[in-house]
Amino acid sequence: MQDDIVIGLEIHVQLSTKTKIFCNCSTDYIDQEPNTNTCPVCLGLPGGLPVLNKKAVELAIRTAIALNCRINSTSIFHRKNYFYPDLPKAFQISQYDLPLAEEGFMELIVGKSKKNSKIRITRAHMEEDAGKLVHIEEKGQIVDSLVDYNRSCVPLLEIVTEPDIRSSEEAIVFLQNLRSIVQYLGVCDGNLERGSMRCDANISIRDSESHQLGTKTEVKNMNSFRAIKRALDYEICRQRKLIEDGEKVSQETRRWDEANNQTVTMRSKEEAHDYRYFPEPDLLPLKIKDSWVNEIKDSLPELPVDRKERFTRDFGLSDYDASRLVEIKSLGDYFEEAARDYKDYKKLTNWILSELLRYLGEESTEISSSPISAESLAELLHLIDRKVISGKIAKTIFEKMFKTGQNATDLVQKSGLTQISDKEEIDIIIEKVIEDNIQSVQDYRSGKEKAVNFLVGQVMRHTKGRAQPDLVLNLLKEKMNKLQN
Amino acid sequence: MQLNELKGIDYIELVHQRKVTVEQVMIDIFNQIDRLDEKLKAYLRINRKGALEEAKKIDQKIKNNSKIPPLAGLPIAIKDIICTKGIETNCASKILQGFVPPYDATVIRKIKKAGAIIIGKTNMDEFGMGSSNENSAFQVTLNPWDMTRVPGGSSGGSAVSVAADEALMALGTDTGGSIRLPASFCGIVGMKPTYGRVSRYGVIAYASSLDQVGTLTKSVKDAALMMNVICGHDDMDSTSADIPVPDFLDSCREGIKDLKFAIPREYFKQGLNSEVKDSVMKAINTVSELGGKVEEVSLPNIEYALPAYYLIGMAEASSNLAKYDGVQYGLRTGESNNLEDMYRKTRSTGFGPEVIRRIMLGTYALSSGYYDAYYLKAQKVRTLIKKDFDDVFKKFDIILSPTSPVPAFKVGEKMDDPLTMYLTDVYTMPVNMAGLPGLSINCGFTATGTLPIGLQMIGRAFEEEKILRVAYNFESHSGKTCSRKPSI
Repeated sequence: MQDDIVIGLEIHVQLSTKTKIFCNCSTDYIDQEPNTNTCPVCLGLPGGLPVLNKKAVELAIRTAIALNCRINSTSIFHRKNYFYPDLPKAFQISQYDLPLAEEGFMELIVGKSKKNSKIRITRAHMEEDAGKLVHIEEKGQIVDSLVDYNRSCVPLLEIVTEPDIRSSEEAIVFLQNLRSIVQYLGVCDGNLERGSMRCDANISIRDSESHQLGTKTEVKNMNSFRAIKRALDYEICRQRKLIEDGEKVSQETRRWDEANNQTVTMRSKEEAHDYRYFPEPDLLPLKIKDSWVNEIKDSLPELPVDRKERFTRDFGLSDYDASRLVEIKSLGDYFEEAARDYKDYKKLTNWILSELLRYLGEESTEISSSPISAESLAELLHLIDRKVISGKIAKTIFEKMFKTGQNATDLVQKSGLTQISDKEEIDIIIEKVIEDNIQSVQDYRSGKEKAVNFLVGQVMRHTKGRAQPDLVLNLLKEKMNKLQN
Repeated sequence: MQLNELKGIDYIELVHQRKVTVEQVMIDIFNQIDRLDEKLKAYLRINRKGALEEAKKIDQKIKNNSKIPPLAGLPIAIKDIICTKGIETNCASKILQGFVPPYDATVIRKIKKAGAIIIGKTNMDEFGMGSSNENSAFQVTLNPWDMTRVPGGSSGGSAVSVAADEALMALGTDTGGSIRLPASFCGIVGMKPTYGRVSRYGVIAYASSLDQVGTLTKSVKDAALMMNVICGHDDMDSTSADIPVPDFLDSCREGIKDLKFAIPREYFKQGLNSEVKDSVMKAINTVSELGGKVEEVSLPNIEYALPAYYLIGMAEASSNLAKYDGVQYGLRTGESNNLEDMYRKTRSTGFGPEVIRRIMLGTYALSSGYYDAYYLKAQKVRTLIKKDFDDVFKKFDIILSPTSPVPAFKVGEKMDDPLTMYLTDVYTMPVNMAGLPGLSINCGFTATGTLPIGLQMIGRAFEEEKILRVAYNFESHSGKTCSRKPSI
């Protein structure tokens, strides 16, 4: 019996404003001294009052527009009340029944089969982030807990999807698309590991015949795309097995345990909080004029889907190549910068997608920190085109460029690996090779075309790979054809 | 006359004329405090050293002929719910004992800039929750007119400091009558501005949609003077009104013939003490004689105001007081086994019984399944209350009423039944519900106990000028009957 996987996602996106959502403190909290970017408001000191950051609203609207949402002309902030040390006021200012935006969607193309799907966005609302808790361990026990409020009050946009997602793969594609979009919008850097983008999932298994929805569980603590995929797959498996065995799936919140590759119970429905939502009396209703929304709409930067189209159109790239290049904004930027200098776009794309990404991946380096600049790569490719070095040698040079940061021209000069294109020079070597390999020559002359490859290889060996391969091939063939028996 | 008996305006004049020094006045004030406050207990803490230092600084400025700030070192008492940088602020609660704010409330910043000097922080009902000042965790303030009676609350300490000349002026807060009621019980002028007139930044929140900072003064002109300093839009408070502040001293001029006065019949029903009623009626006659047109009106939904007020106030308070959890500042009680234990122990021991009562009721009113029936319903009722006032204000300029149904009651008299205590606010709290400005001024005394009786004036939103004008005229014409002093 087939079942239907039903997944809904709840994503928190940190809006990259300079200052916090309700006060003037800096949002720069990574690697800062604890509790240095704070004030009476974000510390929740008695007497503090929130004042809404307009830029945060602008970035939220920008995102909602890119997700095809309807922007509500009036929305209200609510207090979400609960006790936890990282929440200094003991309530989070969020939005409840009148959020900033509703009813949007994202269109996806999933997998090799290029299945089209449309994931509906239920709502997007603004809220403040909490502080960070740090636990001190001694001999495997937690002995103390510290709280850092630098992150308290950083603006968040919470995006909730309808349970339209039907596979873990689809969930990943959705999240990758969302990450691209927020990067392109300049709204967030979309970094799951660092927590600027966070994802929780709701999963249930629906009976595909009766269409009856199963009990859903919430899964939290997934801190990378890999973790999300594995957690979803695990949870789907776990629920399917329970159903198969005739057991009940409990409605609960589960935590992804990376170390042990499983989801574990965090809290059950009975322990669920009653947040006692009520409208935030310290803030006025947020009124958004249509004219402002239109202004933002008109000034939206190019979105990934449009950039992909432009790449295929203007640079003649394949759909697949273009998709890969635009997925991460800085990669697309890198390509465009190199493309200013170097016009064989297909070749450029290949080098970026295979060589560059491979080295960056190995060293866990981000494109923005690439030791080889776009300009440098273009320089290297020009050297190949001018036949100064062979394509194969170029790969060696590339590795050296990556590891040392030196430019192509300097490295080629130092290495003595310039391509030999001098016919006379190659001729001499060809003569020697023919002399030493009479059998292969005879094989070739008697019809074995492939024998020439061995001979080319010999010439390349003698020239330490520097001879221009196509020239070698032609000269070899010429020479052998001219040979008198 | 001792210099601490001066009115604010007169003080400033004398200082400018170099007839007194700031230090001299300060010394008289502290002498009065030393003489009386052990009994009256208006102050929780006194800023003796800081105040005298500031006084000397201003005196030096005057000596050097440099610019004298507008309030010229005016000695002011501050209700301990307003954050003063470097001076402990604990809302008369154990849970905030030892909390020293690292910042000044906007209102404090403003009065300091104008040259006022803070003498000390005054006692109050814990977190503003009370009508008698008996709910303080530390001490009970006594009424200088009769020290077996309460001064009213929750700004009781501030009211007593002014009534007993232990300060020239004071700041308080008013959520359901907490300035007007003690002003009425202590025979002084208490002004609650329109909601949004004065910044709430730095004012420790009780009920966010009801709280407002106001003045307790010996005269109407002093109230106007103080209003000029504390009113105005503040970028730090999203609920503060961006409306220009007039010069309120201009309101202190002759003539009220252009104004129409409304007397709500619901305010004169049973429960109103007969002496209070007589005094207030006489006062209304005075207003009539002064040329104001007086008519009876109805506020038909007013009977629902009190329950709605308490629901909204308690609900907001339950959320505002959740931050007192022992994590960051203030009290953290003893040894705990885990987080929840720490929360529970801290909050159970740190809060007084009335605060706990209101937090629990407020939490209940917001909880799942009850929100619609209680909190939401109360907010809907609130719009009806506001509409009743708006309807009256279509034809009338000022509403007159008693401030309180009773004069100052005995200490302990209403402590057994919280509901009886809550009823003390019945005339004042609708004004907070509608966000309107209100003032209380003395209009007489009880024959039996010579206890002050307050007349309440309510105006349209942002029309404090009209209220002050009426109060000024009433004050000038009610003469000696109303401007007595307690003999202490």
